[in-house]
Amino acid sequence: MSLSRRSLFASVSALAAAAALPRFAFAADAAAIDAPKAGGAVSVHLAAEQRILNPALRASTGVYIVTSKIIESLVDLGADGKPVPVLATSWEAAPDGKTITFKLREGVTWHDGKPFTSADVQYNALELWKKHLNYGTQLHLSLEAVDTPDAHTAIFRYSRPMPEGLLLRALADLGYVVPRHLFEGTNPLENPANTAPIGTGPFRFVEYQRGQYIIAERNPTYWRKGFPYADRIVWRVISDKSAAVAALETGQVQLSAYNQLALADIDRLRKDARFEVSARGNEANAFNNTLEFNHRRKELADVQVRRAIAHAIDVDFFAENFLYGTGKRATGFIPSNSTAFYPGGSFPYPYDTKTAEKLLDQAGYKRGSDGTRFSLKLLLVPNGEDVGQFATFIQQSLADVGIAVEIVQLDMAAALSTIYKEWNFDLATGWHQYRGDPAVSTTVWFRSGSPKGSPWTNQHGWQSDSIDTLIDTAASEVDPVKRRALYAQLVDDINRDLPIWFATERQFVSVTNKTLKNHHNTPRWPSSSWYDLSL
Amino acid sequence: MLLLRFALQRLAISIPSLLLILIGVFILLQFAPGDTVDALLAQIGGGDSTLAEQLRQFYGLDAPVTVQLGRYLWRLAQFDLGYSAIYGKPVAEVILERLPVTLLLMVSSLLVAVVGGVLLGIIAARKVNRWQDTTISTLALLFYATPSFWLGVMAVVLFSIHLDWLPAGGLEDIGGGLHGWQRAVDIARHMILPTLTLGLIFLSVYVRIMRAAMLEVATLDFVRTARAKGVSENRIVTRHILRNALLPLVTLIGLHAGTMLGGSVIVESVFTLPGLGRLAYDAVMQRDLNTLLGIVFISALLVIVVNFLVDLLYARLDPRIRAKGH
Repeated sequence: MSLSRRSLFASVSALAAAAALPRFAFAADAAAIDAPKAGGAVSVHLAAEQRILNPALRASTGVYIVTSKIIESLVDLGADGKPVPVLATSWEAAPDGKTITFKLREGVTWHDGKPFTSADVQYNALELWKKHLNYGTQLHLSLEAVDTPDAHTAIFRYSRPMPEGLLLRALADLGYVVPRHLFEGTNPLENPANTAPIGTGPFRFVEYQRGQYIIAERNPTYWRKGFPYADRIVWRVISDKSAAVAALETGQVQLSAYNQLALADIDRLRKDARFEVSARGNEANAFNNTLEFNHRRKELADVQVRRAIAHAIDVDFFAENFLYGTGKRATGFIPSNSTAFYPGGSFPYPYDTKTAEKLLDQAGYKRGSDGTRFSLKLLLVPNGEDVGQFATFIQQSLADVGIAVEIVQLDMAAALSTIYKEWNFDLATGWHQYRGDPAVSTTVWFRSGSPKGSPWTNQHGWQSDSIDTLIDTAASEVDPVKRRALYAQLVDDINRDLPIWFATERQFVSVTNKTLKNHHNTPRWPSSSWYDLSL
Repeated sequence: MLLLRFALQRLAISIPSLLLILIGVFILLQFAPGDTVDALLAQIGGGDSTLAEQLRQFYGLDAPVTVQLGRYLWRLAQFDLGYSAIYGKPVAEVILERLPVTLLLMVSSLLVAVVGGVLLGIIAARKVNRWQDTTISTLALLFYATPSFWLGVMAVVLFSIHLDWLPAGGLEDIGGGLHGWQRAVDIARHMILPTLTLGLIFLSVYVRIMRAAMLEVATLDFVRTARAKGVSENRIVTRHILRNALLPLVTLIGLHAGTMLGGSVIVESVFTLPGLGRLAYDAVMQRDLNTLLGIVFISALLVIVVNFLVDLLYARLDPRIRAKGH
């Protein structure tokens, strides 16, 4: 097939002028790439094993990279970043925003042969998403009922207006549906289907060998006729970063997503012709390096000190030299690729140590006899290797303006509990992951009243009535234009008060062996279904 | 019969120390900030506090520490190692899945280390201060000084990435559908690099010990007597010197059993082998108390068993010990 097309191009090009020759070569290559082949096994790097493989109970990229091929969501994000139908075919919101009606796809069956219906959606929404799913519990706080007038209609009823855009963007991650008939009447956390998932997706679960691999094979009765292309997907558990690079280089795995390799290795593979190293297909997975302030420290409660700290740190230098150019200075808490919300503008506190020193002097913290103004304890949440580097960079930058910083290094569980449960920190740095809509992932960092112990929420002792009101209003504003404006306002307010500083803006980088075709063609591709991925 | 009694006696003596180890680890882990729910929330990127409360109840973490410890010991008395938070199944099952890989790695590395160490040690001692001795001693020193993770990574770079002779990691080919001998050969191919990486470090120790012991024994009176009797040189080495020179080596093997388990954490990570070492690492990071205590328990048992075997070997090598011991 591709051969005949190639020869067709050849004959056409032969007739063309000699100047067209380079174009002919390009066209022939494009034709060969465009024609997907069926069959073959795709092997994927899995850096950390998850306790359960159920995206209706656990919202995380580590779960999605496996389960999104087996279990499907109501919607996904299309190439342009807008929600596209998957298990839901269409949706409509009532003008008051309190009911949203989903039409569901007909003729879809679970991998065990039972039909997929609105009863499944109802059970997932009320019993799993609302009660157990992290981020889902918050999103569906005001969800009162899901009506099922027929087998393919699900009506979500909320007590407070739910913006349609918010719900749909959130559902790409938080709208995975598992079969009601397997979960109903059991404790969902202990259900055997959590480690042997059954869904409606293009691949069927085959085997999970803990510590070694997970295998899924082609679902021959998949509702997208003729898909998927690949025969099987194998996820290899490789927790050691150097071992993962070796596996990529020897062809044992063909894909490593979500920055699970050493940054130096990612940069090295960029120059290797066998791989595509790119942030393409990760547009919906933006994240930041954060600098969190404990406002219970009197120095940090002063906005001038916080601004001075932002002035003192050269984020561009850090991005260029430590992140190998895979990030840049953020302009606010909404990343620039969030087309629905990004307000533009620039960050108001550029790198300028003179201004920083002046602000610190003004705040009344003059340099002492040893040149130090005051000392702070910096905790780091080790999401990635760059967190430790950013911590050191902060330490050295702040030393220049007379703030001594002591770095406290703990492992993940200890860091989260020390910062968010015990509040035992002055500064903290880690990652913030943006999940498509500020109301899903981000406003919890600013909203007061979050119960003690919830990681990655406002545990910083900071409170502003006007910002709390703004956050609540935006979360239930059904007009997308007004909602966008509210968040632009919030970005300005947060930049002004700087309760937390989102210093960098980054996207995850995937390393993909070029034997794979049709990859990274949607904005959350590593977490998508891969129905059109081919070898 | 005597042997069995000896074995049971040894085990009985070990029970109090086993208990102390378990309680110690349990208390030590209480000092580590963060519990398994914090680790879970870290893994899934956050969650609200009601969810966390619900999960703490699910994992039995809402009870006071003393109650948790009491529950654990009570279960242990009934030979129940409890339920693993990471794996969602009984700890005994999880450990049994992982144990064979670690045992395979330990036994094969130990074989490589002992056989290679003894042979090279003998050669070095026989050719003392000649080029053979210098080469062997220098190499041994070099391998001893090299960290095992570096050695492992370099072995992968050379033999897997550049030469493409051996697989870079894993226990076996996935989905190859191999059975019987073919599968055994495949696993053996995967085990070559990890075995050498772990074995070489111990080998280099054994070479030096063996060489020193051989040289020392060779100066003793009974060797001179044998030589005066006209016993052949080979027989002197194998029957008279070697047997006596082995004693310090055997002592070391017993001591190394625990060290090897520790070393397997690194080797299993570098070569992505699904063994106990990696399980222990995961259990610590995820604060999976039951699994970690289970691993400590099994490891302690392993060390006790190895030391028991070493004692038996001792008695075989040197009849004087048997006479004194019983």
